[in-house]
Amino acid sequence: MEKLVVKDLHKSYGSHEVLKGISLKAKAGDVISIIGSSGSGKSTFLRCINFLEKPNAGSISLGGEEISLQKNKQGELIPSDQKQLQTMRSKLAMVFQHFNLWGHMTVLENVIEAPIHVLGLSRDEAIARAEKYLRKVGLDAQAQAKYPAHMSGGQQQRVAIARALAMEPEVMLFDEPTSALDPELVGEVLKVMQTLAEEGRTMIVVTHEMGFARNVSNHVMFLHKGLVEEEGHPDEVFGNTKSERLKAFLSGSLK
Amino acid sequence: MFLDGFGPIILDGAWVTLELAVMSLLVSFVIGLGGAGAKLSSNPLLKGIATLYTTLIRGVPDLVLMLLIFYSLQIGMNHLTEWQGMEQINLNPFVSGVFTLGFIYGAYFTETFRGAFLSVPKGQIEAGIAYGMSSWQTFSRIQFPQVMRFALPGISNNWQVMLKATALVSIIGLSDVVKASIDAGKSSYKVFFFTVVAGAIYLILTSVSSLVLMWLERRYSTGVREAEL
Amino acid sequence: MIDIIQQYWKAFLWTDGYHLSGLAVTMWLLVVSIAFGFCASIPLAIARVSRSKWLSRPVWLFSYVFRGTPLYIQLLFFYTGMYSLDIVRDVDILNHFFREGYNCTILAFGLNTCAYTTEIFAGAIKATPYGEIEAGRAYGMNKFTLYRRVIIPSALRRALPAYSNEVILMLHATTVAFTATVPDILKVARDVNAATYDSFDAFGLAALIYLCITFILVALFRKAESKWLAHLRPMKT
Repeated sequence: MEKLVVKDLHKSYGSHEVLKGISLKAKAGDVISIIGSSGSGKSTFLRCINFLEKPNAGSISLGGEEISLQKNKQGELIPSDQKQLQTMRSKLAMVFQHFNLWGHMTVLENVIEAPIHVLGLSRDEAIARAEKYLRKVGLDAQAQAKYPAHMSGGQQQRVAIARALAMEPEVMLFDEPTSALDPELVGEVLKVMQTLAEEGRTMIVVTHEMGFARNVSNHVMFLHKGLVEEEGHPDEVFGNTKSERLKAFLSGSLK
Repeated sequence: MFLDGFGPIILDGAWVTLELAVMSLLVSFVIGLGGAGAKLSSNPLLKGIATLYTTLIRGVPDLVLMLLIFYSLQIGMNHLTEWQGMEQINLNPFVSGVFTLGFIYGAYFTETFRGAFLSVPKGQIEAGIAYGMSSWQTFSRIQFPQVMRFALPGISNNWQVMLKATALVSIIGLSDVVKASIDAGKSSYKVFFFTVVAGAIYLILTSVSSLVLMWLERRYSTGVREAEL
Repeated sequence: MIDIIQQYWKAFLWTDGYHLSGLAVTMWLLVVSIAFGFCASIPLAIARVSRSKWLSRPVWLFSYVFRGTPLYIQLLFFYTGMYSLDIVRDVDILNHFFREGYNCTILAFGLNTCAYTTEIFAGAIKATPYGEIEAGRAYGMNKFTLYRRVIIPSALRRALPAYSNEVILMLHATTVAFTATVPDILKVARDVNAATYDSFDAFGLAALIYLCITFILVALFRKAESKWLAHLRPMKT
């Protein structure tokens, strides 16, 4: 059964149409990489899935439950039920390009915040979870008391991944998780993501890392100007590329 | 009739308030520049005196300082005139107001200018020296204009605070806009109305100043790119 | 100086023999108006940054008027101004309230500091990194939780340096209270001055007390900043 189904998503900013009808299906354990040049709409698509951006048309269902939507004055779709939206978001944990850790909270506080105040866990349960997932992303007990601003970018992104894991989400959304990192820090984050993929977590990853898309994911979508130009198994997409644009994109990215 | 016939008195008062504020600004500006110079100098005595001055003045309420300075000066004068066998000279509240406000806000200006001097990147001055400018040229052509630009937000803020502080000078007997309004209220039995008038005059003064200061800040920020949001 | 201290130290610190006076009154004025200003300014700051003009405009106007006029005039307005109105004198409750210098002083001080505090907090809320708000949303927080757990705690911390400045300015501003016959430190100093003609000592003593309170407040806020702003300090290496 599909965990996440996105059907025919459209999004415009004014008269500029950024997404021209994109669909996606993710079964449990799928790792879907979304690639494309900047401006292709890949980040917007990901941000529409949890309604950080409001799509203009389309539908989204999570775990078989469709999100009920209504149009607002600007012609955008907004969830008609805030409770349903919040529940859905808590099952779709997002990892951001710029980490977006809460600056006034320590590492541990960042990780236990949403489990306590959104999921309603007790503090002890939340701390137990947090410790488990912080260990998983390779952060020791010492790091728990630090503030995000006192850590390297790679460490911050690993905290952000632990924060997402602590929600024990149905699907994890990654929005270019390594793009803001110095090259030497990219590896540590990709390694953590690969471990998660091997554990069978469902992940949707917007990325520039072709190595990750090719070796870790089981499905690749190439977006161009708001449309899916080519998609399929990575062996197929990378080994037997059909679209000229994807060929050009890949040769460019290999430079 | 214009404000029940009290219009002219109140306008006179408003003029006194404005004069007081502008004169005090000049005094505190000069003190501030000197104070900043002293605080940044390598002379420990100058530095110590300036630090003591800013710490004490900024730690004590302006009204207390005003009364302390005004009454102590008057009594000092009395001792002096008595000793000289002269008649008692009463201090002019306007002049003492200007010097008291100037002296107090000079401490705030000192801090403003000190911060602004420190904000000018060292490389700017080094570049001046490297191109063969004298130290006076470096100061007047390179450092000072940039200091003013960095100091402008602080100057604006100090001016607005000082403008409002002039209201306190009526307490030591100056016939400013507050005194005029209180008197007008008492004689016309319209205390409420004339208090609102006094408030409105201050609101106009602060609004006009903030427009002028905004214009100045825009003018003097040429070459500075603001962070776009 | 010694004579004055011996004779008046009680009046300067807490009582003139009949009522509270001096330091006790000044601190009471400060604490009550700051507490009122703080509590009222949080919802007002949220309204001030609201996208709805019906919420933000009135708050803007309130803070514009109260920050654009001297506190002394605001006190005159509530003390002598209000009480000169017939309506105020005819309605029992209002009559009782505005006849009392203490009430008018607290009202004027509270509203005044509230206006400044609202602007400080509103500025701090606006400075919240947008990504942190987005992260809250993405993790399913509702608006209330988002404000309570992310926006307000982070904004109040950021506002601390400006807020500590406001508290000290408010301490200094309490000195106009004597014009409404409230016996604060400065009122005691004026009475001593009138009784002894020793202006320098009378006002000097008052200045010294204010200086001490200022230093204590500065020290307390430094402590608070080192506790609450640890996340903004550069890393210890």
